Amino acid sequence: MGDGALSVWEKSSTVRVVPSARPRKLAKVPFVELADGRLQGVVSSGSDIGRVYVSSVAASTYAFSCSTNNNRPCGGARGSFCNHIRALVGEAVLQYGAERVARYLKVEAGESVDAPSLTSAMTAARPGAGDASAAAQVFSRFLRQLAYLELAATTAPLPEMHWFPTTGAVAA
Amino acid sequence: MRADLLFDDIAGLDEALAAVDGFDAVLVGGLLRPRPAQAGGLSGLADAVAGTPLASRVAEAAEKASAGGGDEGHFVALAAARTALLGSVHDALVARVDEVTGRPVADPWAAGPDSGEERAGNLLVAARGWLCDLARTGWQGIDHELVGGAAPVVSAMLPDPALRRLATLLDGFAAELAACCPGASLERVPVRRWADLWARALLLTLPGAASGPAVGEVSGRLLPLGVDVQEHATAVQAQVHAVFEPADGGVSRLVRASVSAPKPDTVVGAGLWQGLRPHMSLLAAVGEGRAVDLDAMPLTAEGDLLWDDSRARAGEPADVFATARVALPVAAACAVSPLDRHPVRIAVPVLVEGYGVEGYGVERDGMEDARDVAGGVVLDVAGCRLRVDTDRVPAAGPLTPQAVASSGACLGLLRWDAGEFLLQPLAVERTVRKKPVAVHAGAWAGGTSDKAGARAEKAATDAVVVLRERAGKLLRK
Repeated sequence: MGDGALSVWEKSSTVRVVPSARPRKLAKVPFVELADGRLQGVVSSGSDIGRVYVSSVAASTYAFSCSTNNNRPCGGARGSFCNHIRALVGEAVLQYGAERVARYLKVEAGESVDAPSLTSAMTAARPGAGDASAAAQVFSRFLRQLAYLELAATTAPLPEMHWFPTTGAVAA
Repeated sequence: MRADLLFDDIAGLDEALAAVDGFDAVLVGGLLRPRPAQAGGLSGLADAVAGTPLASRVAEAAEKASAGGGDEGHFVALAAARTALLGSVHDALVARVDEVTGRPVADPWAAGPDSGEERAGNLLVAARGWLCDLARTGWQGIDHELVGGAAPVVSAMLPDPALRRLATLLDGFAAELAACCPGASLERVPVRRWADLWARALLLTLPGAASGPAVGEVSGRLLPLGVDVQEHATAVQAQVHAVFEPADGGVSRLVRASVSAPKPDTVVGAGLWQGLRPHMSLLAAVGEGRAVDLDAMPLTAEGDLLWDDSRARAGEPADVFATARVALPVAAACAVSPLDRHPVRIAVPVLVEGYGVEGYGVERDGMEDARDVAGGVVLDVAGCRLRVDTDRVPAAGPLTPQAVASSGACLGLLRWDAGEFLLQPLAVERTVRKKPVAVHAGAWAGGTSDKAGARAEKAATDAVVVLRERAGKLLRK
């Protein structure tokens, strides 16, 4: 890097560095992100409408964690991935594409990687329990996303948005 | 339109951009412990503005920063110098576009003085501190902790409309940096882009930089040309480009009307339209192909209508291509405010006709990455190859690269990026059974009866219902 002339990508002001999320149904897993070296998110409880689980899987080690938003550990996440974590992986694949999720988690996946193959590749490595202390932070980031719904729209122009063109490429 | 001029060299352009590139390379490694090569980039920037009023401040800033001792004032001076250089690039490009279109240049719009409001100083100071830390660390030194420092500042700024511009920019920038952490393992860096975002944000932290613009009120007929959609993970903006014909018979003008909103990252596609629609009736008029009658609508000196639904009334049906052929050529462009002079902001409506299409996946030596994705369309306009940026067409709409490739007329926005003019399509005209049929990028802005479109609308509605339900349960506890 830095040697000689810059490539077109490096000289572009508007190149899309992070592809936008693909549309998916949110009822089961309302929040997913690839952040802080983890796949993490919020999964709705199947039985209690007022309860959600905060689930995560770390990159490289696949160390996993799942607890309620009130910090009670998930009963299913002893020894291996619970159904919440499996659902999280599935929805992450829908939102980001399997390749991007595999790359982020550092899963050696073949050509035709999908959610089940990703999950089995990770569970086959017999991962241990991860750090549960990040749950509060993940949950607050989810709340922060929800708070965006409450912010007012404006008809004053935002010239800075010219740096963020939409991309029709996410239609599929 | 004299397309050939788009491909002629512009005097001084390469030199100005070389100075910008030199400075941008400095930010890759950061200014904590600058190396000799970085000192060269800094002095190059200082030399480039040596003949301007910025000269002495930038020279001092370059010297201090080269020694690893740059403070906030120095970084602001460097950002200002970079912005001034790109401002000159912008001016040269716009002058060239004016030659190409032969468009009349507008007199400055007689508007009142700007509001000059001063705002939330402590948040601006916090943002400036974060940006200066980024400059010291450099793109290769970013980590989650540093990047995460922007979140509380952004959250505090977003509710204040006067800080929305900076907040939205920082939000998108920080999300991008976070996705690229740790910087030490980056294979490549979007060098110019991140320097752009950094410099822009830094200048917006200065008091008055984003103060309310000068505004006057106008009445007359608005003839829409099309919609440009911009989005990052947590914000969306739709800008309608249009020709405004004053009721008093004065010169018609090229104007824009914008509506924007923060959004959760899972609101995408048709959800973008849904989030914006209730706040600007113009989107429905665009979808229906109608003109809009304005009564005392606020208009800035830059040509931005500050939309207010109570001052607008849907008018007669208006064919976009008729507008483009008749009204567009005589509409005058508005002046650009000094801070907004950056090539990325160039978006000039033009009608291109009588071209050949070179089709998909056109090979071109030296092009790479996003630029040669399959599906690229190149128009052969009188022997000149004008690339169409079909990627900028919103996903929730009927305009496809195939439609562009089979069109005979294209109304688009002339843009410039990475050394090249591009055409962003707003609408195309195709001949079907010997009749012209128009396809608009923003056709679904107001809603749609199209089958695929309706499905996308339903999915987007469901997503927001789930999020609102969750917010109702979790946010107010």
